[in-house]
Amino acid sequence: MSEPLLEIWNLTASYGRAQVLFGLTFQLRPGEVLALVGRNGAGKTTTLKAIMGLVPAIAQKASFKGHSLSHLPTYRIARLGLGYVPENRRIFTDLTVEENLETGRKAAGAGRSPWTPERLFRLFPNLAELRGRRGSQMSGGEQQMLAIARTLMGNPDAILLDEPSEGIAPVIVQMMAEAIRAMKAEGVAVLLSEQNWAFAAGISDRAMVIERGEMRFEGPMAELIADERLRTETLGV
Amino acid sequence: MDLSFLAIQALNGLSSASSLFITACGLTLVFGVTRIVNFAHGSLYMIGAYTAATLVPRLLEFSFGPVTFWAGILASAIVVGLIGVLIEVLLLRRIYGAPELFQLLATFGVVLVVQDVTILIFGPEDILGPRAPGLRAPVEILGRRFPSYELVLIAAGPVVLGLVWLLLRRTRFGVLVRAATQDREMIAALGVNQALLFTGTLFLGAFLAGLGGALQIPRVSAHAGMDLSIIAEAFVVTVVGGMGSVPGAFLAAILIGQLQAFGILIFPKSTLVVVFLLMAVVLAVRPYGFFGRPEAIGGTHAVGVASRERSPFATLAALAVIGVLAALPLIGDAYVLKVATEILIFALFAFSLQLLIGVGGLVSFGHAAFFGLGAYGSALAVKWLALPMETAIPAGLLLAALGAALIGAFVVRLSGIYLAMMTLAAAQIVFAVAFQWVDVTGGDNGIVGVWPSAWASGPITYYLFTLAITAAVILLLMRVIDAPFGYALRAARDSTARAEAIGLHIRRHRWLAFTISGAAAGLAGGIYAFSRGSVDPTLLGIPTSVDALTMLLIGGIQTVTGPLVGAGVLHVLRDQIMPLTSLWRLVLGLSIIAIVLVFPRGIVGTLRAWREERA
Repeated sequence: MSEPLLEIWNLTASYGRAQVLFGLTFQLRPGEVLALVGRNGAGKTTTLKAIMGLVPAIAQKASFKGHSLSHLPTYRIARLGLGYVPENRRIFTDLTVEENLETGRKAAGAGRSPWTPERLFRLFPNLAELRGRRGSQMSGGEQQMLAIARTLMGNPDAILLDEPSEGIAPVIVQMMAEAIRAMKAEGVAVLLSEQNWAFAAGISDRAMVIERGEMRFEGPMAELIADERLRTETLGV
Repeated sequence: MDLSFLAIQALNGLSSASSLFITACGLTLVFGVTRIVNFAHGSLYMIGAYTAATLVPRLLEFSFGPVTFWAGILASAIVVGLIGVLIEVLLLRRIYGAPELFQLLATFGVVLVVQDVTILIFGPEDILGPRAPGLRAPVEILGRRFPSYELVLIAAGPVVLGLVWLLLRRTRFGVLVRAATQDREMIAALGVNQALLFTGTLFLGAFLAGLGGALQIPRVSAHAGMDLSIIAEAFVVTVVGGMGSVPGAFLAAILIGQLQAFGILIFPKSTLVVVFLLMAVVLAVRPYGFFGRPEAIGGTHAVGVASRERSPFATLAALAVIGVLAALPLIGDAYVLKVATEILIFALFAFSLQLLIGVGGLVSFGHAAFFGLGAYGSALAVKWLALPMETAIPAGLLLAALGAALIGAFVVRLSGIYLAMMTLAAAQIVFAVAFQWVDVTGGDNGIVGVWPSAWASGPITYYLFTLAITAAVILLLMRVIDAPFGYALRAARDSTARAEAIGLHIRRHRWLAFTISGAAAGLAGGIYAFSRGSVDPTLLGIPTSVDALTMLLIGGIQTVTGPLVGAGVLHVLRDQIMPLTSLWRLVLGLSIIAIVLVFPRGIVGTLRAWREERA
């Protein structure tokens, strides 16, 4: 087993007085796809935001590639090579596709072939035709592709992907799955927060199930697929 | 009025539009990225003018020529840009997350500081700059002479627009600035250091303000007071154009330049009114200006009065305070009573503002309008209708209430920063009317001879008269705050959407609050007019509005009694410190900044927090 890329020990987070996360511990290994599943409001989005330093959170240990994430501002966390694709995509709607990609651009680490707009257009052929189009004039699926492409422009080692299938046509969800496989093939690890069980089950190596901010399961995806009782109880699928 | 005259007038309009655009462009860029309306932008403009008027003549002594002149102008703008960086690093960086009211007040604190520091550095005299070498001879246009420097200015606006456009479209910095304008958090999540981006934006914004000011030196001398006059116009330009929109600012500047150039022909004295009326009309039709957009989610962070359990001793305490105040004539001399009268008046004024800001979450930056309307209403009633005090004060109150009802009808459609700007503009309209309608209002000199009736003319009786009215009205307003009407206002303040969803007619409630608050401020104004015996336009000025806001800030925005304490503290401090130093504005400005940074809860709020922590 390889060294973990992202290590989180005992993560807790609160909004005001309401505690949302209760001591989550998990690891993301290089090149794997780890699904984070759970019901609405279980704390999936908060977990990703907490890792990025976007919500106040405390962890016994939080490190990425051996660098501690505690007290780092969001932009420093991102610069370590941790990409983030938020839910609702948050495309810059005033900017064109190419300009959106530019906002994410960061130099690649040594010995890696960097993501360029041209490579990304091959990964997402739909975007290639929209280069000069503004974000406001794109469909939800196109925006989602752009959001992922924009984050890949930073040449991350890992991506936190929040609900990529939300509100998107099934044919595009298929494309998302392919994109995630392509990222994995490039050695990019993915922490995938998903509501869409079939989608998550189809592409993930491992899975974590959280319920009301607590970890209920962590292990290989195959094991979760086999454990029908746990799935019905925590996910309703 | 022939064709050539109209052409010259249009050119005049274009050249002032150019100058205005260059300055306003910086303001709108800074707002777009930082979401802070920088009151100190006008101060940066003033520093630019002073710096250039001082620096350029010295440079020209070394080597006389156009290159030196323009290099000097550019150098001055760069100096101002660096000052902008300093302001960002020392102050703005600490208040990006603060409520808008605090941001506006803190940057107004910078305005006050710069006013005194400018005089310290450059002296109290106006400084006339040199004329531009090579551009001294006028050119002939359609048989009329037109200064060639103005032609250069006309060109400067579009040139700056073009350069800023290129910067925003063709550089990585520009792309990031535009992205940050939309979603700062996302930009950080993509690995961009916001702090650097913001500092860079502040440099650019301040540079443009400095450039705008520096370009003025061959036309007008650098003088104190140019900061507030330009900031008011720059606000109008950014609001009309849509806050954050550079092309919008350009369009608005051209429109306003022409409106001023030709408005002066139709209404020779009403240029200010015309400009602010334009703003009122545009905002009434397009609440976010030409190219603006609604504030992003959570754009307004309202802070205000929270519900607390009523202390059983509250009534007793209020009675005790009133009793002590009523006994003041037993120990105080005439001077003390005069000061105490003014404190009571300002307590009422500040309290009326608390109803809007603390309870309603409506950050009014032009509350002086209603104070002034009350004062002027009373004074005009005395002067033109020969009414006695007993009917003149209600007349003033009525005028203020009508003014508030009218202005309120416009502004309750808006929220957040647009509302603050609109109330400021409304106050400037009223100010302009009082200042420019000399035949009726006496203009700059105001109206004198506004004396109370014989029975109330002694300092003791006038003090007791003021105490009785202010105490009664404040108790009444407290009752209003604790009534369902007050709850509705607070609900709308905390969440407009939810308040509407439970069936509250928010606009009507807010409009009513505006009218009541204006009426109370007008009452304070009327009493003030009779206590001084005169009125003048300063009562309606921005500094008077800021005084009321400062009282709220000192006392504590989250408490009901805060404004009363704040009025007392500010007035006593001013009374004690002002005679000792010529740098009162510096002291006040630094105090405002310090309170925003260190004690945002104010005196009453801080005391209460201490007490609650101990309990």
